[in-house]
This record gives sequence, C-alpha cells and structure tokens, in this order.
Amino acid sequence: MRNESSSPDTGNNRSWEVPLSDDQRARQGWMGVLSMAPSARLCDLFDALPEKPGFEFLRKPESGLIMTQGRVGGTGGAFNMGEMTVTRCSVKLSDGTVGHAYQAGRDKKKARCCALLDAMLQQPERQREIMNSIIEPLKAEQAARDLARAKKVAATKVDFFTLVRGED
Amino acid sequence: MYVAVKGGERAIDNAHRLLAEDRRGKTSTPDLTVDQIREQMKLAVDRVMTEGSVYDPDLAALALKQARGDMIEAIFLVRAYRTTLARFGSSLPVETGSMKIDRRISAAFKDVPGGQILGPTFDYTHRLIDFKLAADGGDPEEAISMDDAMPQARHVLDLLAGEGLVETPEASQDQAPPGDITRTPVEFPMDRSTRLQSLARGDEGFLLALGYSTQRGYARTHPFAGEIRVGRVAVEFQPEELGFPIQIGEMEMTECNMINQFQGSKTVPPQFTRGYGIALGHGERKAMAMALVDRSLRAGELGEERTAPSQDEEFVLSHCDNVQATGFVEHLKLPHYVDFQSELNLVRKMRRQVEDGIAFAGKEAAE
Repeated sequence: MRNESSSPDTGNNRSWEVPLSDDQRARQGWMGVLSMAPSARLCDLFDALPEKPGFEFLRKPESGLIMTQGRVGGTGGAFNMGEMTVTRCSVKLSDGTVGHAYQAGRDKKKARCCALLDAMLQQPERQREIMNSIIEPLKAEQAARDLARAKKVAATKVDFFTLVRGED
Repeated sequence: MYVAVKGGERAIDNAHRLLAEDRRGKTSTPDLTVDQIREQMKLAVDRVMTEGSVYDPDLAALALKQARGDMIEAIFLVRAYRTTLARFGSSLPVETGSMKIDRRISAAFKDVPGGQILGPTFDYTHRLIDFKLAADGGDPEEAISMDDAMPQARHVLDLLAGEGLVETPEASQDQAPPGDITRTPVEFPMDRSTRLQSLARGDEGFLLALGYSTQRGYARTHPFAGEIRVGRVAVEFQPEELGFPIQIGEMEMTECNMINQFQGSKTVPPQFTRGYGIALGHGERKAMAMALVDRSLRAGELGEERTAPSQDEEFVLSHCDNVQATGFVEHLKLPHYVDFQSELNLVRKMRRQVEDGIAFAGKEAAE
C-alpha cells in the first residue's frame, strides 16, 4: 500500500532557525492556538463574531496526511514515526487578505473557521478584537486544561527508597 | 498459484449482511458510540493508531467498531484508508524532551531530576477483576491534584551522556529526509532510522516475543529501562505557502530508552548502548519491546556476533508487519481448488512412481 502524492516531503527542514519577523511570530502564535482549540468551542466563538467578511476559497477544506518525525533515541537524527491526519484550508477575503489553516484531524468545519480567522487576524482593524475575543480566551482555556492535568500527574510522583540487605 | 473463482455474489452479499447484524449484537443493548470507544477503550485505539501507522483517535475508534474489536482487522482498515489520502509533507521532528508528561519512570536511576512519575498505570495494581465495574460502573472519584504542577523533565539519559558512560544517539549526518518504507521499496541492510519506522508500525505481539527472547538468552543484551515517558508533544509543520513552521496539533506518544551493557571495541571504550522504542498514544509494552529489538538489531554496527532471530534484520523486519502477515496467512482460506487439484494429481503420480520404484528395487534386490 503506497501513497502516491505529488507534494514533496519537506524532510529535515531547518528554516525555522531563521529568525521570524514580529508579524510572522504573532501569526505562528495564533495558528498554534487555533490548531489546539476544541472544534465546537472554536466554531461557537467564531459564530459569535459580529461581522464576517466576504471570502472565496483558494483551497476548500481538504484532509490528508503528514508524516510525523521523531528523533532516534529522543535526541538524535530524524526518523519517520507514522502519519497523522491533517486538514487544511485556504481562503482569500474580499480585500485580498489570504488565510491558511493546517491542523491535526479531519474536521473540515474547523479548518474553514481557522483559515478565515487567520485572514481576519492579519487585518489591522480586526486583529485586536479577535485576539481578545477568541485567541486569548482559547489560549487561557488550553493553559488551564494543561495545568489541571499536570497537577493530577504531579500527585503520582513517587519516592522509591532502596533497602540495604542485612546479610552483607 | 491462485486461480480466480467466479460466482457466489448472492451468498457473499448475504454473508456481509449477517456480519453487519452480528457486529451490532443484540439490539436490546445500546449501540456503542465511537466516542465511547475512543474514551473508554483508549489503549485499543492507541494500538490501532500505532500499528495502523496513522495518528487519529476517532478514525482508529471507528475502525475498531467496524472490525468488531479485531485489532488486526481494524489496523488493516486504517492502513487501507491512508492510501486514499494525499500526503501534505513531513512534520519537524517532535521533541520528546519538551513533552507534557503524563508518566515518566526510570528503572535504572532512582533519583532523577523531575522525579519518578507513575501517571495512569496498571503497574502495582493487583490484577483482580473489579466486579463493581460490571454492577453499575459509575463515575470514579476525581483524581488527586497537587498544588505544584508536573514540570517538564529532561531525558534521563542526557544526564549520563555528559560523562560519556552512555552513548549519544548520532545526529543527522545530512539534510536528507530519513528513509520512508511507505514510499521506497524495502532493501536490506536498512539504516537505523528506517528500521525504527518499520518497527514502530510492527506487530506488538511479534516484537514482544522477540524482545522476550533477547531477555531469555537469545542475543542477550542485559537491558535496563533507562526511561519510559508518556505524554503529549507538539507537532509542527512548515507549509510551503507560509515559509515558517506552525504547530498543527498535539500527539500523545510513548517513548522508551533501554540501556544495555557494551563491552567496548577497538575504537570505543566500554559504555552503555541504547535501544529506542516508541508508540503512538500510550503503549509501553510496545515501546519497550521495540527498544529491545532495536538494540538487538544493532548487532552488526556494534560488532556483536549474530546468533539469534532478533539480530537478523531481514527476518525481523520482513515479518513484523501484521497487515502483510495476515494477508499472506489468511489468503490460504480463499478458494485454491485448481491449485489443490494439480497438487492432488502430482501426489497421485509420485505415489505411482514410488510403488513402481519399490517393485523395481525389490526385483533388483532379488537379483
């Protein structure tokens, strides 16, 4: 069973080591937050936005795969661990702003919301509003979930002690 | 040779309808939802993801439902599904050192910075059937929380690597992408990263048995579980249209670093060597078995004599894929009537020859 697709592997791309501009870093931040958001919650927040811009799809939501890589021994060279389902979508707003979404899973509705939000967040006049009403709350909720879990995990920390055997 | 048969369409359709009815079971019991399978049969879902080699808990749960709980059938369904999808590219290597940890233990070092974290484990349970779960189940008491959250923890083996007592995994020699068995036909010898991909999707039972064989003396490697960690890692991908990497989600995974005695060689002083294993989701048994087999397969590289099955790369890697294995084993139940007829004729002919031969030999002996 082989998966033939024309898109090339990015392989061991090291270009993230190139410093990013402030705009790129901000965009990287919100795209990451959006990818982690539970679909229903994100769509509710999106639907609650007062104004939605007109748009056209550059790429309708489509599901595919990304090969995930790990490192030999956890720290060494790359190897392929297995694939992951990913859904992507690209939109162009009526003012020409382009938004993209790439996220784990097969949720097309979420990918569409995220591509639209990525575009709207690049519009200077809407960025603050959407950061405040969607990105910051989602980020706080994710942090709270992680913290709650990490506190439960911390309760399972154990201190083993070794006993010295008497005979020697 | 397999000669195709025709006909039987109606019986096949009816068999599939019967299968659908049996899959559902008695309709007086509630239908199982995919959400229930994903949440409550998590470790089965994780195994289907690992050996199906696709991370998607909902997909794996659905495959399990369709397969009536048959793991290999579910894995087969996932493998078949992936062939219908285009590949968008490869992630950046996930950094397990920055994992959000659910469990992290070392059987070799007692006092590891960050601590021994048991997490949700069957270890130290008494393995007594809990009839309360059958009675009404009910929701369990909420787990205990500490005020201080679990911090990130460095890899245990990094702590010893500084002293040179444990080997450091080699970094990428070049920028070339690692070998990919889903794209390139398998060739031996295989480099370690391609071997790891093959083992990562390999059958848990097969690798468990091979790993066990190394402990029992077939290619003895004196292993210690240097570290086992389970948790979530960020998955990052660089879309061409963006030109910078973005996080596309998280993935739960299990990682095992085994450490093994090594006598040293002409060029390398005695030190501990490592075997590495992973599983998608929570799969410690798989990750540990894989780490044992990975180390065993490094026999050639480390100048060890190859004496056992677990050291034979071609044997291990050609037989660890349960979808391939089940395809070849299970095809035996498909009609082989023509095939068998020709063998039947052959055996009849051979028997005649043997009878003639005995008669002839008898005559010769008499002379």
